[in-house]
Amino acid sequence: MMRSPAFTLVAALGAFVASPAAAERLVSSLSNHRVMVTSNFTGEELVLFGGIEQDASSRPRRSGYDIVVTVTGPRQTMVTFRKSRALGIWYNADSRVFENAPAYLAVLSNRPLDAITNTETLRRLQLGLEFVPLPQRASLNIADSANDDPFRLAFIKLKTDHGLYREVSNAVTFLTPALFRASIPLPAEVPVGTYEVDVRLFADGAMIARTPAPFEVYKSGFEQVVTNAAREHGFLYGLATSMMAVFTGWLASAVFRRD
Amino acid sequence: VQIFLPIADLPVNIFLILAMGLAVGFISGMFGIGGGFLMTPLLIFLGISPAVAVASVTGHISASSFSGAISYWRRRAVDLALAFVLLAGGLLGTVSGVWLFTLLRAIGQLDITIGISYVLLLGIVGTLMVTESVRAIMRARQGKPVELRRPGSHTWIHGLPLKLRFKRSRIYVSAIPVWGIGFLIGFIGAVMGIGGGFILVPLLIYVLRVPTATVIGTSMLLTLVTMASATVMHAVTNHLVDAVLALILMVGGVTGAQFGARAGQKISGERLRLLLGLLVLAVGIRFALDLVLPPESLYSIRPLETNV
Repeated sequence: MMRSPAFTLVAALGAFVASPAAAERLVSSLSNHRVMVTSNFTGEELVLFGGIEQDASSRPRRSGYDIVVTVTGPRQTMVTFRKSRALGIWYNADSRVFENAPAYLAVLSNRPLDAITNTETLRRLQLGLEFVPLPQRASLNIADSANDDPFRLAFIKLKTDHGLYREVSNAVTFLTPALFRASIPLPAEVPVGTYEVDVRLFADGAMIARTPAPFEVYKSGFEQVVTNAAREHGFLYGLATSMMAVFTGWLASAVFRRD
Repeated sequence: VQIFLPIADLPVNIFLILAMGLAVGFISGMFGIGGGFLMTPLLIFLGISPAVAVASVTGHISASSFSGAISYWRRRAVDLALAFVLLAGGLLGTVSGVWLFTLLRAIGQLDITIGISYVLLLGIVGTLMVTESVRAIMRARQGKPVELRRPGSHTWIHGLPLKLRFKRSRIYVSAIPVWGIGFLIGFIGAVMGIGGGFILVPLLIYVLRVPTATVIGTSMLLTLVTMASATVMHAVTNHLVDAVLALILMVGGVTGAQFGARAGQKISGERLRLLLGLLVLAVGIRFALDLVLPPESLYSIRPLETNV
């Protein structure tokens, strides 16, 4: 019998204890804590391994364990526009500002959320795309948007279309009854920043343990230099781009000169 | 081969961008225009945000117009004095254009403004070019000599004060319309991400009666300076110039332009103007359809600007 590398990984990580009061302990580890965006970055898939440790007081669970992993990316204030038609032309007529919305959000589980627990619990834990808090700025005060608000639904749908929001009910697989693996898909458009990973353990419809596992997405080397230069030294950056244009133009006319 | 664009924040196929640069460069060399009105929509179609596309294309146009300006300079076909007065207006126009661009982006009406401007501008210029060139071709078919619009027919433009003599172009006009044309080109160039060559050339010929010999070279010099300064201003105010994207476009563009210029010399002037007119019109119609047809999604999202 070969021991899976995952098992060794999890075994080495006994230190993370989520909720000491529960009888079960949850441990987890990511395949990579620092995701580097380089010039050939086309997205990446992170793997999260986790184990459920039982102690003497653990009761047997009737329906087995369920895992819900929520990955929340850096916060970003976004505007959602709605088009209307005037004089036969479609234009952005109406807009809503979503204050500090997660730029990336993935809710991964081993089976559909509504099969794991009831709607009331999902709402209370703000779990899943349907119940994630998305505060909307309405003139002066900020209030959470209603779950069926058309702007909120459109926002989630557009984010989902870009692969930045997703709810995947088969992304967590149990390798053994106490050992699981979750794949976190990061598309090429993922923004840089700190990502929070919240692993929750459910049994019989109730949450009994949770553990964090943050990771970071950052630009490196050349990408980093270009982004920083554009943000912080706009004038020099623009000048450099113009010089580059002049040089390219000169080079072409020198190379192709016919006389 | 995918390359990740640092400012546009998405990976693109490097050969696709290079090919687009080549194709647009070919057209720009053939007709003596910057080609921004083709490149910007193509980039937007690839999924690059309109704001990044407009800001980055300014770099691409700088490169191709510089390459063109050098060859016209060697043929002594650039009127420096004329370019200088146009430029005085052009720079102010560019500043105002970048300011409006920033404002429109903040209130979410940038796309619609770019869209409507494209439809109007391309529609009008395209129609004028097509009708004018068809008439010229018909006249040539009937064996009549090509009618040259020469100075002599004075309009109200020539009655304005502040007259200046432009030696190389052999014209004597007021500085006011020259300055105004420069302002207009700089302004729409910065807002729409186009060099404006396809508007500037007819304006210089028909309004100022500048001889064809110096028009294209002078226009290219002006385009170079307004677009290079637009690059700097977009970089300072909006931080949206993607240098990597611009470089790939430039390399393709300047190469394509050289071959385009050679191909262009084999076609007669009227045919060339007809082709360009049809092209301009086609792009205009494409934009009109976008505005009129029901959009795929009523909603769109983008990050809120914090610096405005």
